[in-house]
Amino acid sequence: METRPDLQKETTVTKTKNKKREGRSLWMDGWIRLKKNKLAMFGLYLVIIIVLAALFAPFITKYDPYTQLIWTEGRAAQLSPPSAKHWFGTDVYGRDIFTRVIYGARISLQIGIASVLISVLIGVPLGAIAGYYGGLVDDVISWLINVIFAFPFLLFVLAIVAYLPPSLIIMYVAIGVVNWASIARVVRGQVLSVKEKEYVEAANALGSSDFRVIFKHILPNVLAPVIVQATLRVGNVIMLEAALSFLGFGVQPPEPSWGYMINQGRQFLLAGKWWWSVFPGIAIMMLVLGFNLLGDGLRDALDPRLKQ
Amino acid sequence: METANNLLEVRSLKKYFPIKKGVFSRTVGYVKAVDGVDITIREGETMGLVGESGCGKSTTGRTILRLIEPTDGEVIFKGKNVFKLNKHQMRHLRREMQIIFQDPYASLNPRMTVGDIIGEPLEIHRLAFGKKREERVLELLEVVGLRPQHIRRYPHEFSGGQRQRIGIARALAVNPKLIICDEPVSALDVSIQAQVINLMEELQEQFGLTYLFIAHDLSVVKHISDRVAVMYLGKVVELADKKELYDSPQHPYTQALLSAIPIPDPELKREKILLKGDVPSPINPPRGCRFHTRCRECKDICREEVPEFKDIGNGHYVACHMR
Repeated sequence: METRPDLQKETTVTKTKNKKREGRSLWMDGWIRLKKNKLAMFGLYLVIIIVLAALFAPFITKYDPYTQLIWTEGRAAQLSPPSAKHWFGTDVYGRDIFTRVIYGARISLQIGIASVLISVLIGVPLGAIAGYYGGLVDDVISWLINVIFAFPFLLFVLAIVAYLPPSLIIMYVAIGVVNWASIARVVRGQVLSVKEKEYVEAANALGSSDFRVIFKHILPNVLAPVIVQATLRVGNVIMLEAALSFLGFGVQPPEPSWGYMINQGRQFLLAGKWWWSVFPGIAIMMLVLGFNLLGDGLRDALDPRLKQ
Repeated sequence: METANNLLEVRSLKKYFPIKKGVFSRTVGYVKAVDGVDITIREGETMGLVGESGCGKSTTGRTILRLIEPTDGEVIFKGKNVFKLNKHQMRHLRREMQIIFQDPYASLNPRMTVGDIIGEPLEIHRLAFGKKREERVLELLEVVGLRPQHIRRYPHEFSGGQRQRIGIARALAVNPKLIICDEPVSALDVSIQAQVINLMEELQEQFGLTYLFIAHDLSVVKHISDRVAVMYLGKVVELADKKELYDSPQHPYTQALLSAIPIPDPELKREKILLKGDVPSPINPPRGCRFHTRCRECKDICREEVPEFKDIGNGHYVACHMR
């Protein structure tokens, strides 16, 4: 180990560059590796572009997502095909589909990110407690995880959403509450392996509190797979929201939801008026693809096993 | 054993790990990893603890520090029974007893900088914060032979020997009295081993440290120890001054172990004692003397009675019916 030629080369190179360089953390290493991964960067750019579009929606399009242009522009604005004026065409109410797709990104991203945050906030502590303390606590939490896994995901969320009055907040929470199980399972497994590491034992030998051991020594070393899992989950949740909205249980009209737009446009597909369904469909595909490529790339970049 | 300047006394220390099986995790037996260990360590000395893999050396070390809770026995450190202390008192005591680990690649948190790793004990025991902490860390880095600019780097940017130095600095940060060295050089190259051993000897002199040095390499132990204890299947079978033990080993197991040290001279021939069979399972250790299944001198009494760990003169302890 002392004279690994590849290591030596690296240190001599960096030494000549900058004698007093800062140490490079594993996170930094991961980021550098991610930057080299073209597919992952493509995913990252897709996500960034869609996020920017959602944030600056009013500046990108001059239309309003709710305004029905048939009142001002007449029948010509009804289900008009893509043109220079309406890039993605208009729907049967004369609303600009490009505008609705961009505003729809706000809803998809909100639900994707908020409900994954909720599931991380529930899943990480529960998984960490189960893995660290073991015993009865672990049994109970693991049992809960298994119960949630045993339910068909979509049906479970449908049941919650159908029982309670439909609203965005309930969607976040419903999806988050179901989704935490997969995060918790990842965290539990990781904690089980990390807590046996010698540096955790060293921390105990120094007299660290449980709190310090969990938050300074275990969780930072568990975070990488959580980030990967969470990123992949965002893609999943966006699909789930689209599916729920398609079925009419998700975002309620007239909010611009991609899933519901596909549903509404469906009846016109056979009549050759494809744009109402196809553009939101492409948008879903792009966003989910972006998150999945990014998640895969993160897994490759952050997994220490591939490092050596 | 005289109690005059004893820093640490380990009395009939036992650690049994339960074996659980089945749906209801019934305990079906125990691995008797440590089964009655007696060791006394004097202030300022280095006690070597040797034995083959799986004989319970590391478990002994960790149980003394209560990193593993003991099954039975006593550990008296500076007159206090370590196993009777509550969580708070134990935390306080950890300032005085530290540990250095075998694998320098696993014993440092990869997400923390060297400064944070070495500075952490100072924070835990509220010894130094902020600027003062950094000064102390720089001082420690110098003591273990690392450079000040290393403070902001991460463990994976160092070699094995350097990492072991970081581990030593972390242990030294709280000014401990006793350091348990759990095979601190076994994972290192031979050339680096010598450097680290020399560093540890210098530090011992400089800070008046007491070491319990666990190893399986007999020549390393011979170099660094004042006294040596030999373990076999969870028990200490022989304990004596280094010179005495290496020159006139009494226990048949020690004799066999020592005869296995290679002599760097092809002309010199020495009778090698080959042990028959394997180490018996610690789940079901042999009755009587634990070594009787492999002993050349085994008599009837060895199969029946556990030999007493007795002084045969000059503080040379041995657990054998034949001595």
